[in-house]
Amino acid sequence: MSENKLHIEEHRDDEASKLGMWLFIFTELLLFGGLFLVYSIFRAQYTTSFHESSLELSVTIGAINTIVLLFSSMTIAMALSAIQKNNKKLALILIGITLFCAAIFLFNKYFEWGAKIEHGLYPGSTLMTLLDRGHLLYFSLYFFMTGLHALHIVIGMILLIVCYFKVKSQNINNQNYVLLENGALYWHLVDLIWIFLFPLIYLIT
Amino acid sequence: MSNGTSKIEYVSYLEHQGKYEGIFSWIFATDHKRIGLLYMYAIITFFFIGAILGLLMKIELIAPGETIMKPQVYNGVFTLHGILMIFMVVIPGLSAVFGNFFLPILIGAKDVSFPKLNRFSWWIFIAGSIMAVASQLMKDGPPDTGWTFYAPYSTSTGTNVIMATAAAFVLGFSSILTGLNFIVTIHQMRAPGMKFFNMPLFPWALYATAWIQLLATPIIGITLLMLIGERLFAIGFFDPTLGGDPLLFQHLFWIYSHPAVYVMILPAMGVITEIIPTFCQKQIYGYKAIAISSLAIAGVGFLVWGHHMYTSGMSENARWFFSLLTFIVAVPSAIKVFNWISTMYKGSIDVKPPFLYALSFIFLFIIGGTTGLLLGSVATNVQVHDTSFVVAHFHYIVFGGMGFAFFAAIHYWFPKMYGKMYDYKRANIAWGIIFLGFNLLYFPQFIIGIEGMPRRYFDYPIQFQTSQIISSIGGFILVSGLILMVFNLIQGARKGKLAPANPWNGSTLEWQIPSPPSLENFDEEPVIKKNPYYYK
Repeated sequence: MSENKLHIEEHRDDEASKLGMWLFIFTELLLFGGLFLVYSIFRAQYTTSFHESSLELSVTIGAINTIVLLFSSMTIAMALSAIQKNNKKLALILIGITLFCAAIFLFNKYFEWGAKIEHGLYPGSTLMTLLDRGHLLYFSLYFFMTGLHALHIVIGMILLIVCYFKVKSQNINNQNYVLLENGALYWHLVDLIWIFLFPLIYLIT
Repeated sequence: MSNGTSKIEYVSYLEHQGKYEGIFSWIFATDHKRIGLLYMYAIITFFFIGAILGLLMKIELIAPGETIMKPQVYNGVFTLHGILMIFMVVIPGLSAVFGNFFLPILIGAKDVSFPKLNRFSWWIFIAGSIMAVASQLMKDGPPDTGWTFYAPYSTSTGTNVIMATAAAFVLGFSSILTGLNFIVTIHQMRAPGMKFFNMPLFPWALYATAWIQLLATPIIGITLLMLIGERLFAIGFFDPTLGGDPLLFQHLFWIYSHPAVYVMILPAMGVITEIIPTFCQKQIYGYKAIAISSLAIAGVGFLVWGHHMYTSGMSENARWFFSLLTFIVAVPSAIKVFNWISTMYKGSIDVKPPFLYALSFIFLFIIGGTTGLLLGSVATNVQVHDTSFVVAHFHYIVFGGMGFAFFAAIHYWFPKMYGKMYDYKRANIAWGIIFLGFNLLYFPQFIIGIEGMPRRYFDYPIQFQTSQIISSIGGFILVSGLILMVFNLIQGARKGKLAPANPWNGSTLEWQIPSPPSLENFDEEPVIKKNPYYYK
């Protein structure tokens, strides 16, 4: 009682932070859930067009990106373990590798999108309006879903860059690593969404 | 502390000097009580703008044909009225204002779990509000889609739909973050000894609300993003000429917007549940039933969205199923009404302004709720769909329910928030005027709705004029009552008598601390040993 001061001391509750992150992940899943719903409705309606359109995509690039993201999920989890074991240098390297993987992912995405846009295949283009409706909706969904996912990759990267510098300045350390843990959780979410997007968009037959 | 002893000097949160001074001590405040007040001032301001727009519509409808505005202006006015009132007033209303202020106090905590996130939610709430207002002023003209943004009209109209939907998106984000904050707070910050089932019932209602905010709002987020994409890039999800499906928009829209109705009404029910035992000096009847019915409403509320679309094109099976679920969701609401009335039975009732508002809430809510059942059954719905019957119904729920609960809450907690007391007599008179005006304004709309007066029409045949005039007069009475109420509260805050810590002899935690509370609410962390509603 006598120790009380009249200002709110920095209140730290790692459980609360993690719970908050999990709840936020629910909202992200539901955000994409709306898109998956739209996807499933149009896929049921235009089954053959969706199949034909998906042949236009390169499964190789998609598969490479999947592996890259899965690998990055592993490295960020390892970075967290490294911090818990107080190995700052290793943690920095592992966060760096994660960020590098994210960059490779976006790089591939850039070429994938670029090739389509070069052929005049993008939402709002004249070619798109000439396509039959199933193809048009497939490519609209393709751009919308992968675009929103790419945006989440960028957000995740920003979060991890913040973590990187906080690890460097030892604000994240083996006593207090909840921010990195949350960053890693978010990164797993981004990865998880891709795990759903890849078969839905690339592998359907 | 000048004498150097360990005794803490009491400083109220209103006077506490933090890191910032003047207005910045509010804008940068992380104190949940200050943030609650900030929300309240903003929301009351938006409410009056919305009310004036409503009054303008009532003036327009006083006679058939053009009275004071052109049809296009009328479309813009009801759209802005809807966006303001739904997204900026009733959805955040009770949970952001009284939830922020009283949730931590009621569960014996010093603040919410994430005070900075709370401040951030308030900032983006204001940003979204500014965007909503800006959409009215930009050069393409105010949106004219109604607050529902139905496709394909919303994808083809030339007005500022993108700005308005982006505003709704941002406001939704604020709502999600508030909900997230409250869930974590309730899980992590309850005082020692406070289990879930001896938590007061307002936090219970907020808990159920927060889950709806968290789980339903992302759906409207993605829907509005798709709508923006549709307008910018012709992605074709909702445009039938591009292969899309306008009905899909309606489904996605109501998957959020029906649960959103429970975001409005659940905290309102929570407030009423706090007020009634206090003014009856009696233990709440059926504590567990009320707590669980909040969760039940939240849960079932997710599954009834289709009842907005009976006439839009759905299979017969879908229609009866949604109808059945709609009837089921009425059950937990009725349980609450039953419990409130049972609480009053043999209580020592003290009719003070908050209790008057609570009573009128129950009355109006029953009218709104039962007409809701009429709308929930398919056959009658087809008859009155999109008529002013619907308008009357949801104003009875949203204004008569959530609005009156807001007024009840403000009169109940006012002495705690400001440490002052308002004038009872004037508050009672204002209540009478508001109650009378409200019923005059909306009840005639039930009647002309059944007779076939469509909603959102700026013109009507002459036989509806008597009812329309009564309704318009009611509008003026209502607004004058509102002005008197706010005037009385402002006078109370400025010149009112000092309020004691527990003016109503309430039993919950907020009445055990000084009025207004200190920055950290509790000098000593409270330890809870009994249920929250215990009267000697």
